[in-house]
Amino acid sequence: MLIMSFKISKDDFQSAGEASSKIKKKLLQLGFPGSLIRRITIATYEAEMNLVIHSDGGTISAEIYPGSVCIVVSDVGPGIPDLNKAMQEGYSTASEQVREMGFGAGMGLPNMRNCASEFTIDSVIGKGTTIKMLIS
Amino acid sequence: MVSSDFHSVTLDKELCKGCTNCIKRCPTEAIRVREGKAKIIDERCIDCGECIRICPQHAKLAITDDLESIQNYQYPIAIPAPSLYAQFSVNVSINYILAGLQELGFYQVSEVAYGAEFVSRAINDFLQSNATPKPAISAACPAVLRLIQVKFPELINQVIPIKSPMETTAFLVREKMKKEGYPHEQVGIFFISPCAAKVTAVKHSLSSDASGVNGVIGISSIYGDLLHKIKNISNAPSIQKSTEAGMGWAITGGESRLVKKIRRLNVDGIANVNKVLEEVVMGKLKNIDFIEGLACTGGCVGGPLTVVNPFLAKERIYLRMGNKKGELPELPAYPNYRDLMWEKEVKPLGVLRLDEDIVLAMQKMESMEALQYNLPGLDCGSCGAPTCRALAEDIVRGQADEVDCLFKLRSKVTELAETMVELSKKLPPSLAKKE
Repeated sequence: MLIMSFKISKDDFQSAGEASSKIKKKLLQLGFPGSLIRRITIATYEAEMNLVIHSDGGTISAEIYPGSVCIVVSDVGPGIPDLNKAMQEGYSTASEQVREMGFGAGMGLPNMRNCASEFTIDSVIGKGTTIKMLIS
Repeated sequence: MVSSDFHSVTLDKELCKGCTNCIKRCPTEAIRVREGKAKIIDERCIDCGECIRICPQHAKLAITDDLESIQNYQYPIAIPAPSLYAQFSVNVSINYILAGLQELGFYQVSEVAYGAEFVSRAINDFLQSNATPKPAISAACPAVLRLIQVKFPELINQVIPIKSPMETTAFLVREKMKKEGYPHEQVGIFFISPCAAKVTAVKHSLSSDASGVNGVIGISSIYGDLLHKIKNISNAPSIQKSTEAGMGWAITGGESRLVKKIRRLNVDGIANVNKVLEEVVMGKLKNIDFIEGLACTGGCVGGPLTVVNPFLAKERIYLRMGNKKGELPELPAYPNYRDLMWEKEVKPLGVLRLDEDIVLAMQKMESMEALQYNLPGLDCGSCGAPTCRALAEDIVRGQADEVDCLFKLRSKVTELAETMVELSKKLPPSLAKKE
């Protein structure tokens, strides 16, 4: 197993995409099939954007196994008040400012779930959110 | 038969000084310096021509066919790229340029700009009748197509599988000559090219078993002769069939302006194309309908085999196009998009993988990371690899050694020297004095 981990800061729009880009490069060298690389890259990028837009900062770690990748996204807050709503396509709490930039379409979490073979999300208000995705 | 390893971009060993300019510039890290000379790793080379542009010694060159080779055919036909028009002042009408080509010994001339108009129509028809994942990616630039094969296997199914303007023009010419009763093997079709990657695309076609083109002649290699021929023409026949629509393909945006979709991106420069494709993979650009990516700055007018600087060339194409909105002219119904589809599937190359076996690949990746951690991280290039990471990769592939790194070598020598000093102080007990 290989582990890669990345620290993601709140509001750091410029660096968003670096983690998924680095993971993609590794997977290509490991010979992962294109369709799998694609799902993993999209899921990681959406996770990065979520951390940048909504969280107070967090980490993404990717555990790479032969043929599958487990991505763990965890942040230090603020937590999601209504998880059911947050998982709905099109539901977003992003600010007007963020939406004007073309983000916050309410597709982040649903997209991540669609890319993942197994998806779990836990959130505690004031503590933070943890997402685990197994993509195989 | 040309082997699949053939590349147009090659090295003149005499001129190469073994500097590190090219290894740093190569988008697929396909060059290493070995024994004082650059060495191109064929499987990785995408023929983008970046190394040709950067080499201060002009040691990188593109192999093309020469004008003499047209004599192998009884009926040699020139098919000039639209970018050829940009090599001449706008006062020289296109018919004069085409007549000049004919004067060089060609039996006929047929414009790729005209073929491009069929391609534009085919792209629109294809996109209308086929649901491809968004954004659809143009296959026109052969270097970008190779880049996708090498670095973006996950995007291959988004590439529009329509023949390039060059192949389409060759197809049109062959059909016409066949109809008129010319023997197939005596018709030789020669692309007059701004582009090195086109040479490779012809010698080793990705999208068909054999290219319809027989040879590729660089614009720069015939430019002087052509200029003289054009000067001596007093009355050029009317050969031009293309309109501003096809001509626009010479520059960035010329293809996408004819695509009937709302959201189109056009990107030039191979590093920029690489970045944008990375964003496609992340799903950042899912609202974009169409991407035109061209390896050269300015588009094909920036190709390594052109003469005029790409910015002036672009301005000249704009002038020749006039102030048109970008509409396709009426074209014959045949060939339609189905006739112009690729003849075979383009597959990912997998040349970047560390090992066929994923478990072994992971082990190599681990050792690579450990090695990289211990390298200085200066990316100085003295070892012959473009970066410390690339050296680590070469080591695990068994193609380099840790002490190829000058800093590593130096610290090993220091260690050794210190050990020697230590040892020199030691005496056998028979000689040693009691302290």
